[in-house]
Amino acid sequence: MDVRAQVSMMFHLDKCIGCHTCSVACKNIWTDRQGTEYMWWNNVETKPGTGYPTKWEDQEKYKGGWEPQGETIKLRVTDKFRGLANIFHQPYLPTIDDYYEPWTYKYSDLFDAPAGDDQPTARPISMVTGENMDINAGPNWDDDLGGSTVYANNDPNFENLNDAEKQALFEIERLVFFYLPRICNHCLNPACVASCPSGALYKRGEDGIVLLDQEVCRAWRFCVSACPYKKSYFNWKTGKSEKCILCFPRLESGQPPACFHSCVGRIRYLGVVLYDADKIEAYASAPKEKLLELQREMILDPHDPAVIAQAEKNGVDFSVIESAQKSPVYRFLKEWGLALPLHAEYRTLPMLFYIPPLLPVLGHVDKKGVYNVDAEEYFTSMDKARIPLQYLADLFAAGDQEQVRSVMEKLLTVRMFKRLEEVDDVDPALVDSLLKKTGLTAESCEEIYRLTSLPTFDERFVIPPMHREYAAELIKGDPYTFKSEAGIGGFKNTPDRGL
Amino acid sequence: MSWIKDIINPKTRTWEDFYRSRWQYDKIVRSTHGVNCTGGCSWRVYVKCGVITWEMQQVDYPKLEKRLPPYEPRGCQRGISASWYVYSPIRVRYPYVRGTLIDLWRNARQLHDDPVDAWESIVSNPESRKKYQQARGKGGFRRSDWHEVLDIISAANIYTIKQYGPDRILGFSPIPAMSQLSFAAGSRFLGLLGGQLLSFYDWYSDLPPASPEVWGEQTDSAESADWYNSKFIVSMGSNLNMTRTPDVHFIAEARHNGSKFVVFSPDFSQVSKYSDWWIPVHAGQDGAFWMATNHVILTEYYVKKKTPSFNAYMKQFTDSPFLVVVNKGDNGYDAGRLLRANTLERYKKEENGEWKFLMFDEESQTLKMPKGTVGHRWQTQKGQWNLELKDGLDDSPIAPLLSFIDNSDEVFEVNFEDSANDNATVKRGVPVKHIETSEGRVTVTTIFDLMIAHFGVNRGLGGAYPNNYDEVDQIYTPAWQEKFTGIDKETVINFARQFAETAEKTDGKCTVIIGAGINHWYHNNLMYRGPITALMLCGCVGKNGGGLGHYVGQEKVAPISSWKTVSSAADWGSAARMQNAPTWHYINSDQWRYEGPFSKYASLKGDNEWTGAHAADINARAVRMGWLPFYPQFERSSLAIVKDAEQAGAKSEKETVQYVVDQLKSRKLRFAAEDPDHPNNWPRIWFIWRGNAIMASGKGHEYFLDHYLGTHSNKISDEQVSKDMLKEMVWRDEAPKGKMDLVVDLNFRMDTSALYSDIVLPTAHWYEKNDINTTDMHSFIHPLSEAVPPNWEAKTDWNIFRTIAKRISQLAEKHLPEPVKDFVCTPLEHDYPDEIAQPSIKDWARGECEAIPGKTMPKMKIVTRDYKNLYNRFTSFGPDAREKGIGAHGVHWPIDDMYDEMLQTHPTTKWNGKTYPSLVEVDHAINIVLRLAPETNGESAYRAFSEQEKKVGLPLKDLGEGNRGATVTYEDLQRQPRRLLNSPCWSGIMTDGRAYSPFCVSIERFVPWRTLTGRQHFYLDHEGYLAFGEHLPTYKPKADPMLYGDFTKTQKGEEKSVMLNYLTPHGKWHIHSTYYDNHRMLTLSRGIEPFWISPKDAESIEIVDNDWVEIYNDHGVVVTRAVVSSRIPNGVGIWYHAPERTISIPKSPLRGNRRGGGHNSLTRTRVKPVLMMGGYGQFTFHLNYWGPTGVNRDAHVLVRKLKGEPEF
Repeated sequence: MDVRAQVSMMFHLDKCIGCHTCSVACKNIWTDRQGTEYMWWNNVETKPGTGYPTKWEDQEKYKGGWEPQGETIKLRVTDKFRGLANIFHQPYLPTIDDYYEPWTYKYSDLFDAPAGDDQPTARPISMVTGENMDINAGPNWDDDLGGSTVYANNDPNFENLNDAEKQALFEIERLVFFYLPRICNHCLNPACVASCPSGALYKRGEDGIVLLDQEVCRAWRFCVSACPYKKSYFNWKTGKSEKCILCFPRLESGQPPACFHSCVGRIRYLGVVLYDADKIEAYASAPKEKLLELQREMILDPHDPAVIAQAEKNGVDFSVIESAQKSPVYRFLKEWGLALPLHAEYRTLPMLFYIPPLLPVLGHVDKKGVYNVDAEEYFTSMDKARIPLQYLADLFAAGDQEQVRSVMEKLLTVRMFKRLEEVDDVDPALVDSLLKKTGLTAESCEEIYRLTSLPTFDERFVIPPMHREYAAELIKGDPYTFKSEAGIGGFKNTPDRGL
Repeated sequence: MSWIKDIINPKTRTWEDFYRSRWQYDKIVRSTHGVNCTGGCSWRVYVKCGVITWEMQQVDYPKLEKRLPPYEPRGCQRGISASWYVYSPIRVRYPYVRGTLIDLWRNARQLHDDPVDAWESIVSNPESRKKYQQARGKGGFRRSDWHEVLDIISAANIYTIKQYGPDRILGFSPIPAMSQLSFAAGSRFLGLLGGQLLSFYDWYSDLPPASPEVWGEQTDSAESADWYNSKFIVSMGSNLNMTRTPDVHFIAEARHNGSKFVVFSPDFSQVSKYSDWWIPVHAGQDGAFWMATNHVILTEYYVKKKTPSFNAYMKQFTDSPFLVVVNKGDNGYDAGRLLRANTLERYKKEENGEWKFLMFDEESQTLKMPKGTVGHRWQTQKGQWNLELKDGLDDSPIAPLLSFIDNSDEVFEVNFEDSANDNATVKRGVPVKHIETSEGRVTVTTIFDLMIAHFGVNRGLGGAYPNNYDEVDQIYTPAWQEKFTGIDKETVINFARQFAETAEKTDGKCTVIIGAGINHWYHNNLMYRGPITALMLCGCVGKNGGGLGHYVGQEKVAPISSWKTVSSAADWGSAARMQNAPTWHYINSDQWRYEGPFSKYASLKGDNEWTGAHAADINARAVRMGWLPFYPQFERSSLAIVKDAEQAGAKSEKETVQYVVDQLKSRKLRFAAEDPDHPNNWPRIWFIWRGNAIMASGKGHEYFLDHYLGTHSNKISDEQVSKDMLKEMVWRDEAPKGKMDLVVDLNFRMDTSALYSDIVLPTAHWYEKNDINTTDMHSFIHPLSEAVPPNWEAKTDWNIFRTIAKRISQLAEKHLPEPVKDFVCTPLEHDYPDEIAQPSIKDWARGECEAIPGKTMPKMKIVTRDYKNLYNRFTSFGPDAREKGIGAHGVHWPIDDMYDEMLQTHPTTKWNGKTYPSLVEVDHAINIVLRLAPETNGESAYRAFSEQEKKVGLPLKDLGEGNRGATVTYEDLQRQPRRLLNSPCWSGIMTDGRAYSPFCVSIERFVPWRTLTGRQHFYLDHEGYLAFGEHLPTYKPKADPMLYGDFTKTQKGEEKSVMLNYLTPHGKWHIHSTYYDNHRMLTLSRGIEPFWISPKDAESIEIVDNDWVEIYNDHGVVVTRAVVSSRIPNGVGIWYHAPERTISIPKSPLRGNRRGGGHNSLTRTRVKPVLMMGGYGQFTFHLNYWGPTGVNRDAHVLVRKLKGEPEF
């Protein structure tokens, strides 16, 4: 057992309101510079839809992630050998058209236009060329089912739906959508790290954050291709790639990442989990149907004395173990089995988990043309859900419908349990049978409810102590010197372009 | 695995400082956004190297009850982009003047040493005036400096005051709550000047007129945390996650606590995603759904079974047991007016007996007169204005009878209108009682009995009742509503049962969240009364977790009493000219000329004095009868008229008033409202600040461009439509172009209004100024703060108006050296005894009654203006506050000791030998507001409750006792938002962290609603409501597009086009027009606000996603791109409110290749005349409370593919 600590994340999609505040929080701080205009380390997508960069889930196109090779796995885009051979040729890289050409406007015309016979207006201009441009793509182009016949219709996750299911998603009476916020998954088996010929990418030992060293990067861009989530981006100005850093400077000072802090839907949770690094290769190489279960198994019980002992032996500080014991992610993921990884079949062992959304009950239009809600119950049921389970399963359960069904049933059980308690207009026997079926108890229902509905800032974000004093000691010999000199010498220069 | 690289040693990772140093910053300052969004979010603004870099939400709101989710974080995608504006290329950094005007000015100044003379030479010359007017909006801005622009503005003001009178100067700034002193800066300036201040809440159609109709209240909504208390939440016309972004988590969290959530929306809107049930009611037909819901609730919870808690609530807290006279008319029996107490011998001597009403007491089997009515409110004896079920004469208990079903004297077949069926009449049996009064025998029934009959609940009384839910043709069955809503009757029945069942089980914890998607329809008041009726029937109003949540416009200025004193300059006794904008714009921008009789589109027969009239005529009557304000007042200057009176021998204010009344009676003097196109009556100078008056809120934008500005417009409508049907208005064959002499815009961004103004003044961004902010979404008060000083040449709004006041004072030394008398008319006002001025409609001008100011016509008084001391008064908290005290909503209390104390504890000013609390700096003003308001000062709260207690006659002081020592200063707020204290200016009880929910003081402490009966009203017995058929909650269909007047000239043309209902709900990427031009938001949307259209409609005009389209009707044209989406129903097009014309708008080939417009290029103002009625109970004017609203949702457009490539 090789116990390590990972700062892990959970997004409760039922609470996501698709506002993109997270995206802007990130952009303001990290990617507002030349060369990063088109980057959205955090973005939010409408599902069904093709996302950003467009059709990123289409690994036939982009060759991201891992694929099985015998007993083990290999990068889809390349292995070391092929990588070197193809080092200057990257056929699977997303192009600027797959992202979008960043634009701004000629705002100055509003002030400077000479007197004329019509009103001036600020035209769009390219941030790349400075020329007038015609906008036909953006980082959030198919938001809220915009252009659904073009975009939603090409959602790669439709592959396993039958025609009737697919068609229903374009009928106004039956359609549905939900939001999928995405950041770097800070995977346990990150394809980006594995793919880098320069060794610029690494996982931080103390917290598992995947970083891309701006001094070492040599612009091979293999990380861009290899990441199946397309969360590594190439900065055309510095000639280095950049990616989500999980706001480590904020974490190091006890603050959640900006996108977490700013999440006004209160959907985000963060906490440390302990995992067994010995299992990475084997579990990432497991058959598809096993992936979910095994990934969950890799996460260790932070209360287990054996785990604690081994963690301490590995140098995990006890304060971090204590933090893991309070981790809300652990509770949703392991204790209650409610959180699921996105596209586990990419085999990167992503450490960001999602609770899938509850969605409105179906309705139908009868021959008279009138609409009827297809339920009499207070809440929806799995059988009358608007989204095919298979769709959610392909997103969050490597295709396994039962895994998703189990989560949805638990969420409904909690609601029914609370309805009985709060209003007393549902049948207690029904609630009992739901508890039995899902394995939840009155106590766990109450706890799930509390952590879903009532959590405070500090309950959502349990940030492990980062013990920067050790770093200070190591860097400067003693922490006092570090303290005295911190910041002296001005800001770090931007990395030099190229080698 | 060897290929996964873990690095632990920090020494090998020192490059990480690259990102660490980006995160480091120098300072955090607490501020927020002064934008009309109701969010009221507290933000930390980061300053690094002396510039603002980014913002993040504050998370330190004080906690409410522990069992409620916390408020953190608050702040959305738009708010977090605000920092982009500060250093952006759209930032207004310097004063700008249009080149044409500045050239004229500089030339004139060469010829005229005196700036006032220079201004006169420009505007009195038609040629030069036309020259700069026609250049408006068409580029050619020139950078100026503060000295020059202050000279122009001040000279123009002095000239206008002298030439026409001060009421030709106006200001528009919306929604004070968001930055209260920034608003107050301009309103105080105008108040002292004698200018007029336009309303906003009604103009934006954010005011729900149903709220004053039912509750006598502008709007009073629960804070969002209270949603969590609700067990059945309905959202209609409110796209919560788009518009209530920081609050919607309470819904999600309530759902996981077992609450049910139902969304009504014609499109699968963003909030539909969170619902348990999505009910796609046809656009604008929600009213029909609710009428049927009420039919089911009344049937099953009142008739088939009796629900004790519902019945008890109805008897005590609604008007349902009150008696209504049933009259015999030409066509059978009609419901009439409330039976007045003084018609009975027993109550004949009652003071205000005409304003007290009767119930039938079940115990004594006699008529009783309950306390708490408007008559009790304004009577001499205090202490009877409460909701105890006791007789006002002898305190005997009353057991109100709801229905005469079991002891009627007779059953009358009463007429009820079926507006959807060509205004047909149905006759339904109603149990009645015959009563002997001092005026003979009258027949009465209860409001409840009328409701049961009106809603069609069959109790075997005969007449045209449905026999069951399935009857399609009888109003208002579940089957009947299907043809309007497109929703199956079973869904209605099931919905109604779950709603009522939840309310019964939880004592009223059902909430309806309602918004602009409903409130912007012409018949919005009726559409609101549907769900309000359901909430009242189920006892939900005035409960935590229950009631109506209307969240449209940040209308709640929590410290209203002290703020109002400062903002209206009441401390200098200035009777501010408060103007309701909807009728003002309707008249002044000449939109009245373009419309015929409203009965054509409003489901009215048009067969009586009121419904057969023209809206402009009704407005003229409303003005002269004191129902609504209108400025300018008279065709003569309000200063000159006092001089005229004095010359004619008037020696006192009373004699001057009499002089004016006589002049009006003899028609020697006319109200300007009757002749708005006469040059003497034009508004002349327009200050716009904190808003986008010309575009975002300018319904009939193209009419503004033409008639206000005199520049180009893209409308093609017929301007002579009303010519031959007017009775009260003076018709002038040529409609004036360019009424405004000067438009001044204070702005930090070059928005459309700025682009079309003559002068643009650079104002401070929200992160560059100090101010305070409140909202109804939460119960905190918190600040805007200066993170960096105003950048470039910007000044704060406070500073700008103070500076203008100073320059005007200087010029006044020569031009207006002595104080002058200003004759001020104001309408009858809500929360004053004016509420009992007009028991019936009588028009003095038609000889139906005496002309009595303040009774049958506007209130009239003389106010002294002191222009030389304008600056001194602006910067000093005046003595009238000390003498008269402060108050709001009918509660007033003294503050003289506090005023005196402030002379010791606050900064002061001294002039003419007297000392005053200072208002020089905005911080001084903020601290005065905070010091005096009951919401932020415990002693004030205690005092105010003590006053309220006297009126009500029941204990209330205790609500203020616990926090009596609490005080708060501006600096305190900068440290942490503070929760508001209980205050009698509001109606919730927030003790011990309880979430604010409105009207809890009515339910728990028996404080009446500020209505006619003191109860919540199902029934509106005003003569106008009876004439319009809106006395009962009813359904009227939405307007027929071909009768609505959008297509009198527009032809379908050769190209393929499709007609769509034009919906402009609040959007995702902007708050109104603010943030629309923000680079962040434009990037996350599609670089433009596209027009949402269904795939089928798109196909019919051969367009695909992202194609350019032209959208047009008589009023104007828009050019944008289409977004084709399956979530949009056929027949509807959505263009989210409110794009700017400044960003990426091509020219329109359809309309002469001129620049395409904004969303209001396709609208024209219609005013609903029933909402002009006044002088009667809750139907009495108050700014932003009462009057027609700026509706726009009934509009239709044609859409076609843009020919060729877009041209810019």
